[in-house]
Amino acid sequence: MKQYLLSIYQPDGDPPPPEVLEPIMVELGKLNDEMKAAGAWVFAVGLNPPSTATVVRDNNGDAVLTDGPFTEGKEHLGGFTIIRATDLDEALSWGGRVATVLAPLAIEVRPIAWPIE
Amino acid sequence: MTDRGADRLTRHEADRGADRLARHGADRLAGLGADRVTVSEIERIYRAEYGRAVAVLVRHFGDIELAEEAVQDAFAAAVPRWGEDGVPPSPAGWIITTARNRAVDRLRRESSRDVREVAAVRASGAAVAESAEVEALGSDMDDGIGTALNEADDDTLRLIFTCCHPALAPAARVALTLRLLGGLTTGEIARAFLVPETTMGQRLSRAKGKIRDARIPYRIPRDEELPDRLGAVLAVLYLIFNEGYAASGGPVLTRDDLAGEAIRLTRLLVALMPDEPEARGLLALMLLIEARRPARTTAEGDLVLLADQDRTLWNRAYITEGQGLLRDCLRRGRPGPYQLQATINAVHADAETAGVTDWAQILQIYDHLAAVAGGPVVALHRAVAVAEVHGPAVGLAIVDGLEGLERHHVWHTVRADLLRRLGRTEAAVTAYGKAVELTGNVAERRYLERRAATL
Repeated sequence: MKQYLLSIYQPDGDPPPPEVLEPIMVELGKLNDEMKAAGAWVFAVGLNPPSTATVVRDNNGDAVLTDGPFTEGKEHLGGFTIIRATDLDEALSWGGRVATVLAPLAIEVRPIAWPIE
Repeated sequence: MTDRGADRLTRHEADRGADRLARHGADRLAGLGADRVTVSEIERIYRAEYGRAVAVLVRHFGDIELAEEAVQDAFAAAVPRWGEDGVPPSPAGWIITTARNRAVDRLRRESSRDVREVAAVRASGAAVAESAEVEALGSDMDDGIGTALNEADDDTLRLIFTCCHPALAPAARVALTLRLLGGLTTGEIARAFLVPETTMGQRLSRAKGKIRDARIPYRIPRDEELPDRLGAVLAVLYLIFNEGYAASGGPVLTRDDLAGEAIRLTRLLVALMPDEPEARGLLALMLLIEARRPARTTAEGDLVLLADQDRTLWNRAYITEGQGLLRDCLRRGRPGPYQLQATINAVHADAETAGVTDWAQILQIYDHLAAVAGGPVVALHRAVAVAEVHGPAVGLAIVDGLEGLERHHVWHTVRADLLRRLGRTEAAVTAYGKAVELTGNVAERRYLERRAATL
């Protein structure tokens, strides 16, 4: 089985109000359960906003810190799910399900070179 | 033709940095004074069998790169061998068997690969089964051939669907299809699409890398996915054909090789999926358009519009075949965009002179086409038919109402022509100027400039 990273990209700024967000989270929870039942679910996390991120670089043994996320832009990684799938079509099919629940957010489906045991 | 055959094989090997073998083969062939027909025969077999051989090897080794190298090795070996012994009864079987052996040799040689993998491939039931299958291919026309050929046909279909997978960018789909199924070299594809060879090489290796690493499946889509996935395949074939028919850039109007290759691949698809009316419709469309090629340019390479073409130059064999295919698929009662476009072209083919074209019928088909495949480009072509039936003013009103085509040279060309017919010369000249700016095709540009100059 191949593993794939489903990355959720979301616009920076305040999250949607609870009355919008809550039903989405309920649907996402159901989808995660379905993935688990199908044996596809490996791991999933949601992230704090990019404004809370710190970038670290090494400069001859010293850590150089930059406040904020690594990439510039108006959209950042908001969370991700790792799934097991036989091939890209199966992974895209799960990715499509996540995209439907989180519409209009974009989901990047990317194969994992060194899978989680 | 014979020279091109030898040349192609040589260049293919050059692609892989192993040209020595092929040159050796070609030299030997020439040195022996072997029948030169053999080389053009090999060229023909190469064209016909390359994709199928690659497809069979991809299934068995699961590695596109290896499959290509092995099949090229096999053809390079065929040049001296067949030059001496003549072409074997089943060249396809010979190529596949030889390529399979070469692939195993390559796997064995490459120290980076796991030796056990080679052993597994050699010892597996699949390999044994394949031997029988290749034997069957080798015996051609024998009774057992049916199953083996079906299996190889399924492999070819798998390869087509993999090359045209929607997770690959359209440009990558086109390049992969021409490379793996058409057997064109990277250099040939690069020249056809006017990009540097290194760019095309990167495009191809990136696409193959994605197929491998993202595990794009090697299978025929399930029934419920088939309409979408087949649509993607047909779109790739039509894109190749169109680039051959009206090159988007460069000095010549058409690239006959690409159009011919698109027709060959579409023929193959129709043979593999005889029950898909849109595949048949696309082949009919290509043939009906291709039939006009001899009349489409002057001896000087200038563009001749449909209305001004010498219709006696049209290729009657293509028209007859296209119309036959069209009747076959329309009978199934599932007319899609390609069948409808083919029908429009069949109406043109029926008219002995431009003056007797049944524009009312064409407009009716455009109405149908707009309903199943709406979009501004279809609407633009429909407006041309409207202008013929209801006059240029009505046509122009529709054209002016279309949005999103300002960067599309055909929109300006159509506008210019309608303005000219309405006597609005100044506006027509401006529109021709816009069209000239936007077309990348030199022959088209010359035509438009001539047209503007006569106003």
